[in-house]
Amino acid sequence: MAHEHKLEIFRGLWKFKSNTQKIWGVLAFLTFVTAIEVILGIYKPAVLMEVWINPIEGGFFATLANIILSPFVYMKPLNLIFILLTLVKAYYITWDFMHMRDEVKALRRMVVWTAVFLICYLIFILLQEGGYVYDVYNTDDALIKRDF
Amino acid sequence: MDTTVADTGTEGRTWGGGNKPLKASYGKMMMWFFIVSDALTFSGFLAAYGFSRFKFIEEWPIADEVFTHVPFLHGQELPMIYVAFMTFILIMSSVTMVLAVDAGHHMNKAKVTLYMFLTIIGGAIFVGSQAWEWATFIQGDYGAVQTKGGNILQFGEYVTVDGEEKFKRISIDEFAVTSPTERSQHGRSNGLWFVTESSLPPYSVNEIYNGLEANENILVRNQIINEEGEKTVLSREESLKQIKENGKLVVKGANLRVNEYGTSLFADFFFFITGFHGFHVFSGVVINIIIFFNVILGTYERRGSYEMVEKVGLYWHFVDLVWVFVFTFFYLV
Repeated sequence: MAHEHKLEIFRGLWKFKSNTQKIWGVLAFLTFVTAIEVILGIYKPAVLMEVWINPIEGGFFATLANIILSPFVYMKPLNLIFILLTLVKAYYITWDFMHMRDEVKALRRMVVWTAVFLICYLIFILLQEGGYVYDVYNTDDALIKRDF
Repeated sequence: MDTTVADTGTEGRTWGGGNKPLKASYGKMMMWFFIVSDALTFSGFLAAYGFSRFKFIEEWPIADEVFTHVPFLHGQELPMIYVAFMTFILIMSSVTMVLAVDAGHHMNKAKVTLYMFLTIIGGAIFVGSQAWEWATFIQGDYGAVQTKGGNILQFGEYVTVDGEEKFKRISIDEFAVTSPTERSQHGRSNGLWFVTESSLPPYSVNEIYNGLEANENILVRNQIINEEGEKTVLSREESLKQIKENGKLVVKGANLRVNEYGTSLFADFFFFITGFHGFHVFSGVVINIIIFFNVILGTYERRGSYEMVEKVGLYWHFVDLVWVFVFTFFYLV
């Protein structure tokens, strides 16, 4: 059970002979990802600092498309990359350091799906509300004044 | 269990009891459940941070300008370097932890002891680094003026570095013209008996204004992020006007009420989230120490299983996991 480990990562692209070796391999990968994040964070390439798609105008379907494409419409590519790399790191910490890879499917889903569902819900609600409050503060006839 | 539960004669059947569909021990499963609930707590905090940031999306402090210090390297602006180091330390201590778990599976007491020890050291370095980070943040570096509306005005000048014009921050200590102080500390004896203040601001707004007036090169910048992703620098006249008309309080550093780096919510969330995470690391270190001594005493050797190491390992990795997110949302995004 707990003593047997699945010894390959990247869907079998990278295989290890022992669990110890796999641990060092994952460390190398995580360090590499962190290094990329830090380098991007320091240099901030200009290409990644501007959104690639402008909000689509006109009608219901445009709004729908904006919502579906929101990571590309409203987020700087750099930030999107940071968040994706963070999720990659989280995956390898959970799967290989916490041995989620070796647990049964039911336990894996119980933990991951619950957390992912509730967190997505929470993030959606709070960010939506934050954006709304921003609009309330910044309309032309806003009742609240902060620039003094 | 045999003494408390009567045999039903259905053992071995699907619903006869004794099945373990998740193939994990009680302790490990409960640790997973705790981790899920704790993960939700942390995501609540981070989502609240996102909420406040979306509210003030155009004036949120830029992390690269706030966390620029590295111990022993005074006066150099090195954004990200120290947090990257902290992140690496925590990942490294996660690695030694998982190595300890692995050694436990092989019932290798000497190796478990060594790796547990290294994990504790890593955790201690991380908590120490965070304390240093807090101290630097609280102490502040350039100082600023807070307006009546609670906005922050910072100071600097344009300098040319390698043919490129850059806005360089100037500390209020460098230009404030000190005049004989007209304000004394408010204590219980000289006002309302239930109101005191802990310390006076380093300068009065007037002293800053006089200094600003005397130095033609100094400009004020406000919190608003412009299209280039930088804070807006005001013209000379506007600078003087803003300080004169709106300046209310001179702030240096950050605490739960004022924050020289920008919106005070930023400091509040920084203290709360990194503090809560730091508390997790601290309690993780304490638990690791307890388990470490148990390993030395041979408790798990006698028990025939090092599963306890595995359970604290889960907690320790979770702390690392949270930090990965805190790192992204506080320092990168």
